[in-house]
Formats: sequence, C-alpha cells, structure tokens
Amino acid sequence: MQFMLLFSRQGKLRLQKWYVPLSDKEKKKITRELVQTVLARKPKMCSFLEWRDLKIVYKRYASLYFCCAIEDQDNELITLEIIHRYVELLDKYFGSVCELDIIFNFEKAYFILDEFLLGGEVQETSKKNVLKAIEQADLLQEKTEYHSKSFIGFKKAY
Amino acid sequence: MGFSGGGWSRNLETHFQKVRMVAPSLKLQDLIEEIRGAKTQAQEREVIQKECAHIRASFRDGDPVHRHRQLAKLLYVHMLGYPAHFGQMECLKLIASSRFTDKRVGYLGAMLLLDERHDAHLLITNSIKNDLSQGIQPVQGLALCTLSTMGSAEMCRDLAPEVEKLLLQPSPYVRKKAILTAVHMIRKVPELSSVFLPPCVHLLHERHHGILLGTITLITELCERSPAALRHFRKVVPQLVQILRTLVTTGYSTEHSISGVSDPFLQVQILHLLRILGRNHEESSETMNDLLAQVATNTDTSRNAGNAVLFETVLTIMDIHSAAGLRVLAVNILGRFLLNSDRNIRYVALTSLLRLVQSDHSAVQRHRPTVVDCLQETDASLSRRALELSLALVNSSNVRAMMQELQAFLESCPPDLRADCASGILLAAERFAPTKRWHIDTILHVLTTAGAHVRDDAVANLTQLIGGAQELHAYSVHRLYNALAEDISQQPLVQVAAWCIGEYGDLLLEGNCEEIEPLQVDEEEVLALLEKVLQSHMSLPATRGYALTALMKLSTRLQGDNNRIRQVVSIYRSCLDVELQQRAVEYDTLFRKYDHMRAAILEKMPLVERDGPQADEEAKQSKEAAQLSEAAPAPTEPQASQLLDLLDLLDGASGDAQHLPPLDPSPGVALVYLLDLPCAPPPPAPIPDLKVFEREGVQLNLSFIRPPENPALLLITITATNSSEGDVTNFICQAAVPKSLQLQLQAPSGNTVPAQGGLPITQLFRILNPNKAPLRLKLRLTYNHFHQSVQEIFEVNNLPVESWQ
Repeated sequence: MQFMLLFSRQGKLRLQKWYVPLSDKEKKKITRELVQTVLARKPKMCSFLEWRDLKIVYKRYASLYFCCAIEDQDNELITLEIIHRYVELLDKYFGSVCELDIIFNFEKAYFILDEFLLGGEVQETSKKNVLKAIEQADLLQEKTEYHSKSFIGFKKAY
Repeated sequence: MGFSGGGWSRNLETHFQKVRMVAPSLKLQDLIEEIRGAKTQAQEREVIQKECAHIRASFRDGDPVHRHRQLAKLLYVHMLGYPAHFGQMECLKLIASSRFTDKRVGYLGAMLLLDERHDAHLLITNSIKNDLSQGIQPVQGLALCTLSTMGSAEMCRDLAPEVEKLLLQPSPYVRKKAILTAVHMIRKVPELSSVFLPPCVHLLHERHHGILLGTITLITELCERSPAALRHFRKVVPQLVQILRTLVTTGYSTEHSISGVSDPFLQVQILHLLRILGRNHEESSETMNDLLAQVATNTDTSRNAGNAVLFETVLTIMDIHSAAGLRVLAVNILGRFLLNSDRNIRYVALTSLLRLVQSDHSAVQRHRPTVVDCLQETDASLSRRALELSLALVNSSNVRAMMQELQAFLESCPPDLRADCASGILLAAERFAPTKRWHIDTILHVLTTAGAHVRDDAVANLTQLIGGAQELHAYSVHRLYNALAEDISQQPLVQVAAWCIGEYGDLLLEGNCEEIEPLQVDEEEVLALLEKVLQSHMSLPATRGYALTALMKLSTRLQGDNNRIRQVVSIYRSCLDVELQQRAVEYDTLFRKYDHMRAAILEKMPLVERDGPQADEEAKQSKEAAQLSEAAPAPTEPQASQLLDLLDLLDGASGDAQHLPPLDPSPGVALVYLLDLPCAPPPPAPIPDLKVFEREGVQLNLSFIRPPENPALLLITITATNSSEGDVTNFICQAAVPKSLQLQLQAPSGNTVPAQGGLPITQLFRILNPNKAPLRLKLRLTYNHFHQSVQEIFEVNNLPVESWQ
C-alpha cells in the first residue's frame, strides 16, 4: 500500500498515512485531487478506480471515506478486507465508532492503524492481538502520565 | 460584599490574563472543539494561529510536562493543512524522553512531520537505536513502526543490525514488526537483502500468523528483487504448499477467520508468493497444481473474503505453468464472477479476462454472452472494460451476433465510450466481415449513429470498400442517398454519401436495386440535396468539397442539361473558402474551355484493389487533373536527397487530391498492424509519438510504426491539428531524409485544418531504411493561417532510436 486517507463527505481530512516519501506539497496535491475524484463518484459505482498509475480502493462507512492506494500487482478485493478490518478494529475500540471519535481521538486512530499495518503491509491478522496490544499501550500510558492536580481546582472556579 | 462594577472587573481581567499565562494549556479535545466551533474559515484560522503562538511559546520555554500535549495539538492542526514544521525538534525531544506517553506522541509526530527530505530526520536515528536495543516491547514497537514508515536509506543502513537482532527475539509482537521493517529496509537499501535473506527459511516454521505473514512478505520482496533469491526460495515451495493446505483444510480458527475463510490475508500472500515462484518454472508449478485446484474449488464464495482468495488463486493459476484443465477452471471462475451481484467482483473479473483474452481465447469465448450483458453496466468503468473485452472476442463465427449487440450498445452508450466503440466496430468489421454488403451496412450504421466520433480514415475506408464492390454500387448509393436525405449533419456520412452520389448517380436514378425497395428519385432532387449540403452551415469545408465535386461528376452522369450544375459551380467561384473557390474555378474552366475532356476526366473510378498498385490509376487521374490547374502533379514524391534539396520540391496545391479520398497504395501494411492491436497489449513496444512543431495553436505530431514483417520499413504518420481560432488552409508538408534512406510521401488527407480542433490532416510517409542508418528528417511546412502565409523549415529533433535501429 502506498497510502491511506480518511476523509469526510465534505472533503475534510481525518487521517493520512503515507508509506512512500513525498513532500508536503505533493501530499497536499494528491490528497486534494483524490478527494475530489472519489467524492465525485456516484453511489452505485464500484469501489475501484484507476488514478495516475495507481489503483485506488475506497469504501464509505457512514460519513467517512476510507481510501487506499495500492500498486498494480496488489489484490483489490483483499484491500477491501483490509479497510473493513480497520473499521472493525476502530469499532471495537471506541464502541460503535463514529466520525467524531476519530476526530477527537485521531492519535488513537493512528495507533490502532499502526498495530494492524506496518510499512504498508498487514502485520497482524488477529483482531484480538491488535486490540490487546493497544490496550496494553494505553495502560502503559496511563501509568506513566502524571496529572497536574494543583491547577484543576483553580480552573474550575472560573 | 457586593460587586461594585468597574474596578472589580478590571482587576478580574488582569487576573484572568495572568491566569491564562500560567494555567495549563488547552487540552487537545478542547482545542478541537474550539476549532470546530468556528463559524468561518477566517475564524478557524484565528483560533489556530492564536493556539500555535501558545504552542510555540511553550516549546521555547521547554516545558517537558506538557510537551506531548502541545505536539498532539500541533499534529491536529497539521492535518487541517496548517504549517507545523516548528514541531519537528519537539518530536526529537519527545522520542528521547523516557516517558511512554512522550514517546508515543513523539514517534507519531516523527512519522507525520519528518521525512527523508529534512536533515532533522537523521537525528532520531540514535534514539531509535536506543529504543530498539533497550526499550520495552511497546517502545520497540513504536521505534520499528516509525522506522518502517519514514526510515530513509541512511537510517536503514545504520539500524539494520538492530533490526536483525530483533528477528531472533522470542516475543512475536516484536518479531513480526521487525520482519516487516526488514521489508522496508530492503526496499530502501537493496543490498540489505543479504542480511535478511538467511533468517527467512527458519522463520517459515513459525506458527504465529503475524510472523508467517511477515516472512512471506519478506520472501516475496527478496524474490522480486533478485533472480538468485528467487532460485533460492524455490525450494520452499513444498513448505508453502503445506502451510496453505493446512490453513485451508484444518486451520479454522475464529481468531483469524473472516466469514468462514481462514486468514484470507495470509492465504492471499502465500498465493502471491507461489505465483512468483511458479512463474516459468515447470517443477514448482507442478508442485502447486493440486493445491491450487483445491483452493479454487473449496473456497467459500458467498462473501468478499473468499472471493479475494479465489481471485488471487485465479491470478496465480494463469501466471504459472498450470495444467490446461486448471486454466479452464480459472477462466470459469472469472466467468462466474461476472455473474456476481457485487459489482466489485465483476470489475476484477472483467479486468482479468481482458488480460487473458489473447492467451486463452477459446476459454474466454465461452463467457461471451455474459460479457456482452456487462455492456449494460451503469458504472462506466465496468462498461468500458466490457466493451474492450467484447471487441477482443469478436471472431469470424460470432461476428454477426456480436456486431448486432455492439451496434445496439453504440446507440445508447455514454458519450466518452462512443469513439472507442465506433472505431472498435469498424476495425472488427474490417477483419471479419462475412460479406461486403454486410460490411457496408455496418459502416453505414456506425456513421449514422456515431458519425462525429469515427476516426478520420473511416471515410477513406468506406469509399474504398464501396468502390471495390461493383455489385454493390447501386445498393450503396441508394442507401447512402436515403441516409443523406434524412440527416446532413454527420460529416463522415455526408462525405461518403456525396462521393457515392457523385460516382454512381446514374445508378441512383435508374432506380433498380433488388435489395431495397425501388425508389423514385429524380435528378432535381439529387441536385437539390447536394446543394443543400453545400450551403449548410453544418458542413465542414472538406464536406463541401466533396459535395461540389459530386455535383460536377453528376454533370456527366445525368441526362438533363447541366445548367443548374453550371450555375452552382459558377457561384462558388467567388466563395470565400479558398479550397472551394479553387475547385469551382477549375470546374468552371472545365465546362467552358475543356468541355471535350470533361467526360473522360469525370469518368467513374476504376475498381480499387486493396493491396494492388494504385499508383498507376492515381497518376493517371492526377495527370489529367494537372492539365487544368497550374499546380504540379500530386502526390508529391520527392526524391530522397540531401536535406538541402527540400527547396527544390515543387510548390503547389495538391488540390486535386481531394477528388478522391487518398488512395493508400498499400493500406495493408499500416492497417494490418493496427488491426492486430484491438485491445491486446502491443507486441513490440510501440514507439512513442513525437510532437515536432507548434505555432499559434497549430501542432504537428509524428507517430511511428515499424511493421514487424518488414524491418527496413518505417511508417510515419504526420498529424496536423489546429486548436487556434483561425483555419489553417493550403497546408503542405514536404520532407527530406538522408541519401541512404528512401522516402515516399502519400497524398495527404487534405490541405485544411479547420479552427478549434477541426478535422486534422494526416499524411503517411514511408521510409525504407535497409541499412539501419540513423534517421534524420527535415520538414518544410507551408500554410495559411490568420491571413498570413507561414513557412517553416526545420529538422526534427529527438527522433526515437527505435524508429531506425
């Protein structure tokens, strides 16, 4: 996989994972064009399209588009499964995930993706293992974070 | 105590300001809410700029406690498109921190903000090294993830030893990540293959799906990069077969399954590797045959997961040396996919069948009816593929049925497919027409349905076809007359009809034709129709040329007196269009001064042989025509001489070449090559086109063909196009090549390129280069544009070497 983009129906980017080195400018250009192309697709069209020299696989879940760019020799149908698996992972983690969850917890969305794919390839095919890894990392984070208790009361007063 | 207004609130304000400066910064979620609350873009920008200022200040102050929060906020605004480069150094600091929270956000920041273009990226190498060697597993995971996402070649070289060590770690969590990191490293630094190849065979014995998957991905990467690695890994084919077999038969584990299919991700990856290993290798292919058959027949196809595996299986079967029965099975699976209600499945089926149609033609033929049904798809990308595939499936036994379907499709297909459909039908008709009459009918139908979308040579082809079928002259002229009477807007149709009426007007008036209902046409009606074409604003200049010439020819074919014709010809002597004017003058002169020669000159065209020597007839025609005009005989055939001899070439209109659509003496050569190309991948790599000239919207392109059966021959087609607002007229292109080569110019398709993308002029050059001498080509263009005469002489640069080597 070369990259994965998540964006809303208004074209707002919610997540961007690039597995190929590109300048910020190029990324922005690609994102803009691809978002436009995908949003222009009618609902009854198939999930695949050819764009530049890549194959694009996209699927809409509620208000979010999940869009992956794969290479010529990659299997489009299994990419659909990859997208679906990612959505399932998000769903399990957030409990009935919706776009707002991904907006307000975008770092978590990245962390989950990074436990499922690595360098653009699938690293773990067991849902259980992925979720377990995230859970452990979250626990670790909680343990080592310290709270600035002294200011909380102050803020609440005003 | 009461609140006394003024003084109290002022104090409160300053108090607030102080509070803001020392209060904890906005939480990420609060910032997000604030941004989303902004009603306008400007407001959003304001909020973000204010917050970024705070973040910058915080970075400057070096507050370690909240640094991770500040960076997280920065990453959020970065996603919205705002600049975040000042956070790069903070990523470094966070990664170097010992707190897990810091590292988590720091590494995320590195992946989003740093890349190999920034020198800063190298600075994290040391932190990564430390984390890889000393960190706890989650930290090692973060480091590996970051390395495999944005690791540059230098970083990869530096850190390869660390990653290599981690391949042998007991923890599967870290190992699976290390393996995929190795994949990335090899992509960046191919020499590292030697480091990561040895552990692979051992890793294949693992049972952890993640490790297996990573290993197979790694082996795939190694094999794709090195033939030696490929040979090396062929020995694991039996093992791979075993792994897959176990997965498919007994490996049902809910943890890894999707819709009852065991770990489809792993299956697909194994199948992909098997494909690479089995390609061009009998032995390996044989080892996998049974397994492939098993997977192909037993995989559950009710859901996408199973179909994904099946699809990969089909791809593998078709790419290796599989048994014939297996190949047929694979094609049949694709045929079934075509009937699937899921249009994604239909899409991959069409794409794959298109790739197979040449190699496994008869197997794909069996699914022709289903393919044809797919023409009705509402999704344009599917119907386009269905069209390409349908065209590729036309053969002599199904041509009538297929053409019927395709013609029906042409009538209703989306506009962007029209041109391809029309030219596809015409090509197929060329190849497989069962009878000439059927052929004529087919072309006629295409011209009436999609006349605007046909290629330029359709007119030439049809007239040639009709000309060569004497028994069908009457039939053709009747049908064309009827079609013309109904609609004079489709230019190619009008041109052919005009030509035909001109040639065979006498047959039209006789009214006998068994094949269609007798129709009574009288002379005045015919003349009126041609005049209508002449006067219509819809007619292109070339079309009007055809009409005028046809009228002229009728002067010898009709019984009545020629006053009407003479009148029309006379009127056009002062036509603004220079082309038409010239013709009219010539024809008028023919009436007035050379009346005794008129009949001979306007005689019917001799029967045209497709591959025969046309040159004689052509020369005869043109010689006679030459006596009329001052111009030199056409087609010009300049001797292949020194480049400077271009200026010796005679100036002059090849106006009479419009008498007749250019008769290509050997259309066979160019046409045969084109016909071999419907949708198949071009056999010898096609030579890229070359744009050689551009001036004020007038462009000249060269396209090259080297017919495989004649290596000394090079066919160049020049195409002159005009995107400007003014017409290009009297366009003449002359060419010269070095002495050791022979050049022949065919008559051009015309001398006018109408404005704004009007019908281009094409001309064929034949160059014989038996000694494979380096090709040089000098061109001289003369034409009128924007009321100025233009002359350009230039040598063509950047001629592709494939054109002469």
